[in-house]
Amino acid sequence: MASQVLIAAIFAMSLNLLVGYAGLTSLGHAGYLGLAAYISSWLTVKLGWSHASTAAIAIVGTTVIAGIFGLIALRATGISFLMITLAFGQILWGLAYRWATVTGGDNGISGISRPSPFGIDLGEANYFYYFSLLVFILVWIAIAIFVRSPFGATIRGTKDQPRRMSALGFNVWLIRWITFTACGFFSAIGGMMYVYYHQFISPHSLSLANSAEMLLMVIAGGAGTLLGPVIGAALVMLLKNVASQYVDHWVTLLGLVFIFIVMFIPGGIVAGFERIKILLLGSKS
Amino acid sequence: MINPILKVSDLSKSFGGLQVTKKVNLSVNPGERHLLIGPNGAGKTTLFNLISGDLASDSGSIIFDGKTVSKLPTAKRAQLDLARTYQILTLFRKDNLISNVKLALLGKMSLRWKCWGSFLYESVLDQNALVVLEKVGLASKAYLPLEQTSYGEKRRLEIAMALAQNPKILLLDEPLAGLSTEERETITVLLQQIDRSITILMIEHDMEAALAFADRITLLHYGEVITSGTRQEVVNDPRTKEIYLGH
Repeated sequence: MASQVLIAAIFAMSLNLLVGYAGLTSLGHAGYLGLAAYISSWLTVKLGWSHASTAAIAIVGTTVIAGIFGLIALRATGISFLMITLAFGQILWGLAYRWATVTGGDNGISGISRPSPFGIDLGEANYFYYFSLLVFILVWIAIAIFVRSPFGATIRGTKDQPRRMSALGFNVWLIRWITFTACGFFSAIGGMMYVYYHQFISPHSLSLANSAEMLLMVIAGGAGTLLGPVIGAALVMLLKNVASQYVDHWVTLLGLVFIFIVMFIPGGIVAGFERIKILLLGSKS
Repeated sequence: MINPILKVSDLSKSFGGLQVTKKVNLSVNPGERHLLIGPNGAGKTTLFNLISGDLASDSGSIIFDGKTVSKLPTAKRAQLDLARTYQILTLFRKDNLISNVKLALLGKMSLRWKCWGSFLYESVLDQNALVVLEKVGLASKAYLPLEQTSYGEKRRLEIAMALAQNPKILLLDEPLAGLSTEERETITVLLQQIDRSITILMIEHDMEAALAFADRITLLHYGEVITSGTRQEVVNDPRTKEIYLGH
């Protein structure tokens, strides 16, 4: 469960680069999860390659494909961009579903084992949790450095004032494309963790509902903040795992929570905390 | 004869059936203060957008600093040292003043591709940004969020962002619009202090301030150049009185 939250948080953080920092809302994010998971599963299970090489190929491959998608999707912004990413997500889902000779169709691919780096057996749940935590922290640090850098400042600039950014000499398209590709890269890492955790990948993991769930984590937690997506991921995974034991329609509950957040704490949970903090400190002084 | 730094030839632009720029010819010499006047809807801002690259022209050419820039994207033109301000404030509202200027400085530096380090603590950027803010008299407010500044200060920041880029030509779109008399005075003085190495092309409706400032004037009407010449020539032209200055 804790590992699941960490893995979901990796997806949410990477999607946040696009949604929160670059202002480009995407609904195809589960596609990257699928790409990395299928590439690695197929290479390990069907071809018997080693973990290290498959992981590298899956991550590089997913990043390259993200780069190619970006070339097409970034011809648009706003709602058109959203629709294109949605279409990409659905294409990948369709491929996973229909290209049965490679993907196993509806049955998916099972049997990918967990790696044993330095002789530590990640098959052990405890070890796997620490491994997830380590990867999560590394991704967090990498993204934190990325968004605080001068380049990160230009990403936020293209979100607020793309026209001014062009007039200041920035190549807005290229900035967005690099962000789009970086988002693919970090998602691929999440995809690897996902497939190591479940040791199984099927088209369901690539579904639109999954993409929407990731977007929800980002928006609920607080887009454009470092902590927001992590809180959002924890919230969604908690609801999913805990509430589903008591309520049949946990998705309905999730929907209600989402509506509550959008109506009463727009900007997400992190922004809500900030406001409460200001309120409390303000009343003291 | 001096080569003009900006030469617009037979430039045209239509939106659907509406031709907003009709074979415009305009020549601006280095160091000149050139004023663009005309009634509302004359196509002044459109002409600015065509020169800066925000809009693509249908035909004609724009030669800036010896290079044909008509087909270049906006960012490339900015890299060739062409800077502009906007009539409608186009600032980064959530940031403080210094961040705005730092971003403007970054536009011309290779540092803008750096994916590590901290934008907040790049000392080169900070120092240079403060120098620019000093020029427009905003250094003391550098760390104030934009929301806490007045409209007049935001107008000055618009100019500061363009100046930060150390341009060869500066396109000012109504720098005095919506300001109080006092603030107009401040900005007029500020504009007069800009070094002559920077050429200025300006749209402005405040005739009193703008006329004192301009070396040459071009009058636009319905997308066409009606007359262009020295300040005296254009002011004395009967068509200027008829179309623009009133009776």
